[in-house]
Amino acid sequence: MDGQPLISKEIEDIHSSATPGETQPRLDFPPYRSSLLRHPTKDLRHVDPEGAELFAPVFGQSDVDVLEADLTIQAGGEPIGERITVRGRLIDGDGRPVRGQLIEVWQANSAGRYIHKRDQHPAPIDPNFTGVGRCLTDDDGNYLFTTIKPGPYPWRNHHNAWRPAHIHFSLFGTDFTQRMITQMYFPGDPLFALDPIYQSITDPAARDRLIAGYDHDESRHEWSMGYRWDIVLTGSHRTPMETEEDA
Amino acid sequence: MSSVMPTPGQTIGPFFHYALPFEFDRELVAREQPDAVRLHGYVLDGDGHGIQDAMIEIRQADASGHVPEVPGSLRRDGASFTGWGRSSTDPTGHYWFSTLEPGQTDPDSAPFIAVTVFARGLLNRLFTRIYLPDDEASLSIDPFLSGLDEQERQAMTAIREPDGHLRFDIRLQGPDQSVFLTYPRHAG
Repeated sequence: MDGQPLISKEIEDIHSSATPGETQPRLDFPPYRSSLLRHPTKDLRHVDPEGAELFAPVFGQSDVDVLEADLTIQAGGEPIGERITVRGRLIDGDGRPVRGQLIEVWQANSAGRYIHKRDQHPAPIDPNFTGVGRCLTDDDGNYLFTTIKPGPYPWRNHHNAWRPAHIHFSLFGTDFTQRMITQMYFPGDPLFALDPIYQSITDPAARDRLIAGYDHDESRHEWSMGYRWDIVLTGSHRTPMETEEDA
Repeated sequence: MSSVMPTPGQTIGPFFHYALPFEFDRELVAREQPDAVRLHGYVLDGDGHGIQDAMIEIRQADASGHVPEVPGSLRRDGASFTGWGRSSTDPTGHYWFSTLEPGQTDPDSAPFIAVTVFARGLLNRLFTRIYLPDDEASLSIDPFLSGLDEQERQAMTAIREPDGHLRFDIRLQGPDQSVFLTYPRHAG
């Protein structure tokens, strides 16, 4: 099994030859070994969106219970770990709030274990924590989850590989073309430099966009630590606007 | 108008199965409904092996060409057609939906189902379209399809199986890779 020095060298070589401004991850990123057979080798084809591509699915109060935004109350007792809130705003590429839209999250527990049959990491399962949440954004695009800070966990990309702690976010905009899934990270994680998934975004400023900020004003006295993470989708095509340079 | 740098995507990873699937996620219409069509296929890697940890989402118009904007996909009421569904793949890489065949949303273009692909090992989502196989007239006038070569056109068109089902395989890599799309406001 490859070691971290080899993976880190591969990451460094790719970054040193990358040009600034690549704001999305590379699909072809060999240090992430699982991508080798799962990335397209032909160029993406440019197309103007039409028909159903112009309309994201719509979700409403019938789809999501407000209690689903609190991941600490889903079982009989308190989950173990550091209680946190993650608050932020979902906006589109023109800075407009995405209102009433579905956000889904999932994460490991505080010991770095997912409730998933394929997670074999010998860390404890927390009977009071599923790590799954949903909410709808409010009229200004804001969302808020209450949860437990996830732990880092080992994976088999290479010898002694560990993922930085993260929360998975599934996001919709107003257009189907804005659909995305990503991961939110926590500030100051020592694993950032070592992680080929995080480092698949070659532009450092773009990578930083995945890291939440600690916000002391969001922390609650004797209760929870507050993090803030704003999310920007790609631009909408549904309303007339000036043409943007196509990167 | 200044635009804001979009948040980068990341892989869906291997552990989404307890979070994203939901009851009737892939049944946009009940399988028993007379006009229901089964849309199915495999998500395959560069070696032609099925990908067991992929997830497909579809978005489409109803049979009349209207794109519904109604809630209720996560808790389907059995009556509303929401035009959106989600199917994770099974251990062989197989996905399926029960849905309607979409009508034309525009008289000058062929009807299609919009698709998003997620998978472990895939660092960002991919988009493609599934065109319906039978309406030669609309397929031949569609401006986008007209710009493709024959292999690409076939790769974007579902196959009608003898029992009426629609078959559409998604190949992430290789000589017969699927045609994946990017839209004007997708940076990077």
